[in-house]
Amino acid sequence: MPGITGKDQVLTAYANKLASLDAPKGRSLTQDALYRLGRNKAAVFSIVLLVLIVVVAFAGPYLVPWGYSQVDWSNIRKPPDFDAGHFLGTDQNGRDMLARVLQGTQMSLIVAFVATLVSVSIGVVYGAVAGYFGGRVDAIMMRFVDIMYALPYILFVIILVVMFGRNPVLLFVGIGAIEWLTMARIVRGQTLSIKEKEFVEAARASGVKPFFIIMRHIVPNLTGPVVIYATLTIPEIIIAESFLSYLGLGVQEPQTSLGTLISAGAPVAEVMPWLLLAPAAVLITLLFCLTYIGDGLRDALDPKDR
Amino acid sequence: MLAYAFRRVLSAIPIALIAVTACFFILRLAPGGPFDGERALPPTVLANLRAHYNLDQPLINQYFIYIWRLLHGDLGPSMVIDGFNVSQLIAIGFPFTLTMALTAFVIATAIGMLAGMVAAVYQNKWPDYVLVLAVMIGVLIPNFLMAALLQLWFGVYLRWFPAGGWVNGSWWHLVLPVTVLAWPHAGRISRLMRGSMIEVLGTNYVRTARSKGLGERLVLARHAIKPALLPVVSYLGPGLSYLLTGSLAVEQIFGLPGIGKYFVTAALNRDYGVVLGTTILYMFIILALNLIVDLVYAWLDPKVRYR
Repeated sequence: MPGITGKDQVLTAYANKLASLDAPKGRSLTQDALYRLGRNKAAVFSIVLLVLIVVVAFAGPYLVPWGYSQVDWSNIRKPPDFDAGHFLGTDQNGRDMLARVLQGTQMSLIVAFVATLVSVSIGVVYGAVAGYFGGRVDAIMMRFVDIMYALPYILFVIILVVMFGRNPVLLFVGIGAIEWLTMARIVRGQTLSIKEKEFVEAARASGVKPFFIIMRHIVPNLTGPVVIYATLTIPEIIIAESFLSYLGLGVQEPQTSLGTLISAGAPVAEVMPWLLLAPAAVLITLLFCLTYIGDGLRDALDPKDR
Repeated sequence: MLAYAFRRVLSAIPIALIAVTACFFILRLAPGGPFDGERALPPTVLANLRAHYNLDQPLINQYFIYIWRLLHGDLGPSMVIDGFNVSQLIAIGFPFTLTMALTAFVIATAIGMLAGMVAAVYQNKWPDYVLVLAVMIGVLIPNFLMAALLQLWFGVYLRWFPAGGWVNGSWWHLVLPVTVLAWPHAGRISRLMRGSMIEVLGTNYVRTARSKGLGERLVLARHAIKPALLPVVSYLGPGLSYLLTGSLAVEQIFGLPGIGKYFVTAALNRDYGVVLGTTILYMFIILALNLIVDLVYAWLDPKVRYR
C-alpha cells in the first residue's frame, strides 16, 4: 500500500537503485576468517600436509606390500631395501617399518582425536555451567579446577593409566579427562561475557530452562575459542600419549603408536637409526602442522589482532 | 601486604588437603595391590603383610591413619622396597632431581630472557626468525624424542658427550639431560619476553625516552626491561614445576639416579606409599611456588593485594 507522504516510494526507488548498482556482497564472519586463514601460507601448507598424512595413514596400509605385524623371516634388522619392498627397513622382529609407521600414525591420530573430543566435551560443558550459574557454583567448580592444576599433571596421568589398566579406550578417555582444565577456564571466561548479552536475556525472559540456554545459546557462540584451543590441544595429547607409550604404559604390541615406535627405536638407534628416525620424522611433522594450523586459526578467528 | 600473605597461605591449606584426599582415594580404588607378585603369596603371609601395612582395615580408617602420620611429617613405609620408608627414598633421589631441575631452570631462564629481548629488538629480522624457529623446535618436540635425537647425534655420532648414565660428580654427564630439560623452558620464557617486550617498546613512555635523546641501550636498560619482566615472573613458578615433573622422564631416559625411577616403578607396582609420597611432595612444591609467585606479584603490583 503506497504511503500518504510518498516516503515509501522514495525508499523503494532508492532500494531498487542500490540493487541495480550491483552493490558488493557482504561477507559473513566465517568467510572472513577463511579468507584470512587462506592468506596464511604456513597454515595452508600445514593443512595440506596434515590431510596428506591422514589419508596416507588410513589408506596406506592397504597399499604397502607388508602387514604391520607380519614377519619377514629373511629380512630381519635390515636397512631400507627397495627390492624386498621394505621401504623403511625392518625391525628386530623382521616387521616392515613402513607398515608399522603407518599403523602407528593411525593410532596416534585416533588417540588424539578421541581424547580431544573427550577433553573438549568435558571442558565446554563444565566451563559453560560454571560461567552461566556464577556465584557460589562458579567458585566451587573453579576451585576444583585449581586443585586439579595443583596436581602434578604427568604423575596424575601415570596414576590414571595404571589404574585403568592397559585398555586403549580407557587410555584415550584418561588422557582426555586430564586435558580439559584449561579449556574449562577459557570457556568460563567467554561464558561470563556471553551470558550478559541481550539474546540470552531474551531467552531467559521467555522462560527457557538453563540447560537449553547453555546448549542452544551459549555453547554455539563459543565455537571460535574452542576450535582454536582444541587444535592446540591435539599436539599436547599426542605428546602425552607418546610419552605414556614411551614408558610402556600406552598402546600394546603388536599394535603400535608413534610413541611406542620411538621408544622401541631409541635404545637401538646406534646400530639401526632408521627405527628411530622414521617415526620421529612423522611425529615432528605432525606436531608442527597442528601447531601452525592452530596459530593460523587463532589469527584468523580472533578479530583483535586484525 | 602481611594480611594478603596470610590470606593466601590460609587458602592454600584446603586445596592441599583436598588434593591429598583425591590422590589417596584414586590410588586405592584402582584394582591390584602392592603384593600381587608373579608368584602368589601364601594366604597367611599375605594377611600378615596386609595387617602390617594397615591394608586390612577399612579404607576410611587407613585414610585417617595416613593423614595423621602425614601431619607428623611421616610419609610411611615403602611397601615394595624392603626396609626403606618413603622419606628415605625421597632423600636419596630428590636432591639429584632438584639440582638438575634448578640448573636447567637458571640456565634456561637467563638464555630465554636474553633471546626474547634480542628477538623483540630485532622484530621481523633474521635474528627474530632464527630464535622463533629455535623456540618452536624446543617447545614442540617432546622431551623423550629430543633426548633420543640428542643422544644419537652428540652421544653416538659426534661423541662429544656421554649418551647416558651417571658418574658421581661428573658435570659432563649432565650436559645432554639439562639441555633437553632447559630448551622448552627457555623457549616459553623467550616467547613471553618477546611478546611483552614488543608491547613495552610500543608504549608512550618509551617513545618519550627516545625522543628526549636517550640512546637505544639506555632506553632498553632503564625503561623497557623492568616492565617487560612481569609476565615472565608470573611464569617462573609454573615453569619450575614443569621442570621438576619433566625431569622424571629425562632421568628415566638418561638413566640418572633421581626420584623419577622410583616413581614410575612404584606406580607400576602399586607401591601406595611411594606414589602418594612423591605426588604429595610435588604438589606441595607446586603450591608453594604458586604462593611465592603470587606474593612477588602482589609486592610488584599493589592492585593485586586488594582484590
